[in-house]
Amino acid sequence: MRRTIFLPLIVSLLTGTALAEPAPGGVANLIVQPEPPSIMIGITTNAPALDIGGNIYEGLLRYDEKLNPMPSLAKSWDISPDGTTYTFHLQDNIIWHDGQPMTAADVLFTVNDFLTKTQPRHRNIMTRVKSVTAPGDKTVVFSLTGPFEPFIRALSFATMPIVPKHIYEGTDYAANPANQSPVGTGPFKLTEWKKGSYIKLDRNTDYYIKGKPYLDELIYQIIPDAASRAIAYETGNVDILPGGSVENFDIPRLSQLPNTCITDKGQEYNAPLAMIWMNNRVAPMDNLKFRQAVEFALDRDFAKDVLWNGYGKIATSPFSSLLPFYSKQEPQYSYDPAKAKALLAESGYDGRPLRLLPTPYGETWQRWAEAVKQNLEEIGIPVEIQTGDTASYNQRVSNWDFDLAFTFVYQYGDPAIGGDRHYKTSQIMKGNPFNNVAGYSNPEADALFDAAAIAYPASERQKLYDQVQAKILEDAPVAWLLELGFPILSNCKFKNVVTTANGISDAMRDVYIEK
Amino acid sequence: MARFITERLFKAALILLCIAILNFFLIRAAPGDPATIMAGESGAADEVFLQQLRERFGLDKPLYMQLFAYLSSVVKFDFGYSYRQQVPVLDLIIDRLPATLMLSVAAFVISLVLGIAAGAFASARQGRWSDTLISTVALLFYATPLFWLALMAVLLFSVQLGWLPGFGYETVGAGYTGVRRMLDILQHLILPASTLGLFFMAIYARMTRASMLEVNTMDFVKTAKAKGLRPAVVQRRHVLRNAILPVVTLAGLQAGQLVGGAVLIETVFAWPGIGRLMFDALSQRDYNLLLGVFIMSAAMVLLFNLITDVLYRIVDPRIRVTS
Repeated sequence: MRRTIFLPLIVSLLTGTALAEPAPGGVANLIVQPEPPSIMIGITTNAPALDIGGNIYEGLLRYDEKLNPMPSLAKSWDISPDGTTYTFHLQDNIIWHDGQPMTAADVLFTVNDFLTKTQPRHRNIMTRVKSVTAPGDKTVVFSLTGPFEPFIRALSFATMPIVPKHIYEGTDYAANPANQSPVGTGPFKLTEWKKGSYIKLDRNTDYYIKGKPYLDELIYQIIPDAASRAIAYETGNVDILPGGSVENFDIPRLSQLPNTCITDKGQEYNAPLAMIWMNNRVAPMDNLKFRQAVEFALDRDFAKDVLWNGYGKIATSPFSSLLPFYSKQEPQYSYDPAKAKALLAESGYDGRPLRLLPTPYGETWQRWAEAVKQNLEEIGIPVEIQTGDTASYNQRVSNWDFDLAFTFVYQYGDPAIGGDRHYKTSQIMKGNPFNNVAGYSNPEADALFDAAAIAYPASERQKLYDQVQAKILEDAPVAWLLELGFPILSNCKFKNVVTTANGISDAMRDVYIEK
Repeated sequence: MARFITERLFKAALILLCIAILNFFLIRAAPGDPATIMAGESGAADEVFLQQLRERFGLDKPLYMQLFAYLSSVVKFDFGYSYRQQVPVLDLIIDRLPATLMLSVAAFVISLVLGIAAGAFASARQGRWSDTLISTVALLFYATPLFWLALMAVLLFSVQLGWLPGFGYETVGAGYTGVRRMLDILQHLILPASTLGLFFMAIYARMTRASMLEVNTMDFVKTAKAKGLRPAVVQRRHVLRNAILPVVTLAGLQAGQLVGGAVLIETVFAWPGIGRLMFDALSQRDYNLLLGVFIMSAAMVLLFNLITDVLYRIVDPRIRVTS
């Protein structure tokens, strides 16, 4: 009986999906939060700018959820057997939004001139590149100084967006008026930006993939209050809520709404990892036993289940498990107050109160700081929470003016690009809130990181990264907390909402509305 | 009168200058600067990058030079560039000002008209149940936080009943024009303007009521009644006219807040006005923009104080204006 009901259903589902052609047309209403200052992502690279700019500018490659490269501006690529030469073949008929053809010259200009001036992260990558040349209009060759396997994962729109040479060459990049009216190659063009209200993109009819994009318009609504954003989705004014648009505690309620789909995919590239920096330079955090006591004192399950409503995953390594070369090593720090107390006693801690800085990004973080305060006070460490806004938080952590500070870091697809900067000695620099702020320094770890970055092929890198992860876990320079989950909510009639490791940022070209 | 106004305008200019200097230092006293914020947003930064930013904004120069440069451009009505948006500050303010003025003026009118009407009505019904009801409701609105009322209004009228749009300035992407667009904006205006107006409406209602009750006991009112004038005429011509002065004083204060007072409401209702611009500028340490909004709001306060003083004389010619 059951079979007779199900079989036709399955058949119709299969044939249905097989026959369904994505239908063109329609509008998607999304949220952008907060309003970015600009969506010229060669200059402004914060998350909201990338969310929109990823549909306007493109990189040479895109990445699937396992971070394997897929074609984007480059339709194919070859890597020499020794891992030092990367040759990219560009797509046919790529046209800038102002009608000019896009060629290898634009790529050369972007990587050699433009991004080296505007983006610190790009400068780091280019230290591994000996030269970039263009043997033809549609071919670009990167010659590396030696094998650097992560290079293949550094070519997304988020790291290396290709910008138009004919508009920027010879100008002051930061002050170019084109930054306000971006010209890219992407599937959508900026048509209207009503500051404080919305940003509207229209379909690029000359896009090099025929038939794409499917949607006519993307409208990014700017709604400053988190509760109002939730209501906007509830009332149907917004169709897609990118990760982090609403407070985490609203997600269970919203995901119960009829016709609502939820996914936590699409953050594989950024792989946000939450942790507490311990200021390793000063007592008592300079004492290994004290730091380990903190590790064992934290109830990460409570944070995940209660504060983050079950989204996310408990961190088990200095890297996120979404990052290549992640491995789970010993020691592991589970919630064990008794052990924490014993370690604290051994450390000789004098009972001095510690200053804890929460991150200034909303209520969940504030509550998390309160939970950590309670955890630490239970084992006998008095804590004073010092709240500030973004500017004061940034200033205090970059000037090392803290004892304990929450943070969450992006890992950008590879330990050698976004992962090791929090642990290497060479990355200790005052005035920067995104490097080794904790001040951890271990020559053994440094040597392993340096070797792992340039080892070739990937299997060689894995061995070195296994060792270094165990070493850092043992040294406990920071308290690892959670791999954060920022689920994307959407009306189920929108299909293909997430197709890459970058979430909705570069996926809108594939999105269509099921009729 | 003309001399009074000229003198007041001159004083206002001096006050504005002091406000600009004071605010300049107050803002710099907050930790962090635009460069740290923008570096923070870029997700990766190094010293070179921070230094580039500071040089571009002139933040590497000594403070007194920055102040001097700022003041000398402000007296020429040049408010400088927004660090973050790279657009002239004046353009940003002018772009946002109409939305805020519309919201605040609507709230002002709603609170004044409804507040005085409710207060007058309540005083006429002193001690009756309608008086108690009005006074209680007014007290309630006075005591409830604005953002909570706003959210409740959205939940009731937008989510539950679906009568009114809950946020935004107009229907995005609808492409309305002309009268249709005006109606659309008006619809969006109703919730934020009435929520914003509630607080002052409550004050006006209680004030009008108390003031009218007081005037009611005065001899000239008794005389008017004794002359056989109809009670409604007595209330309107004799009582209300005399009782309204404290309300005008307060309305002058509220009018002064027209520009800056709507931060919460603009945030909850996603209203693209100057209050939000100011809040964003503050959290991004966008010094020039923030100073520009401050000076603009201070100018508004001074202007409305002047208007209130002039209005006093019109409402009650016995009051003499002196500076």
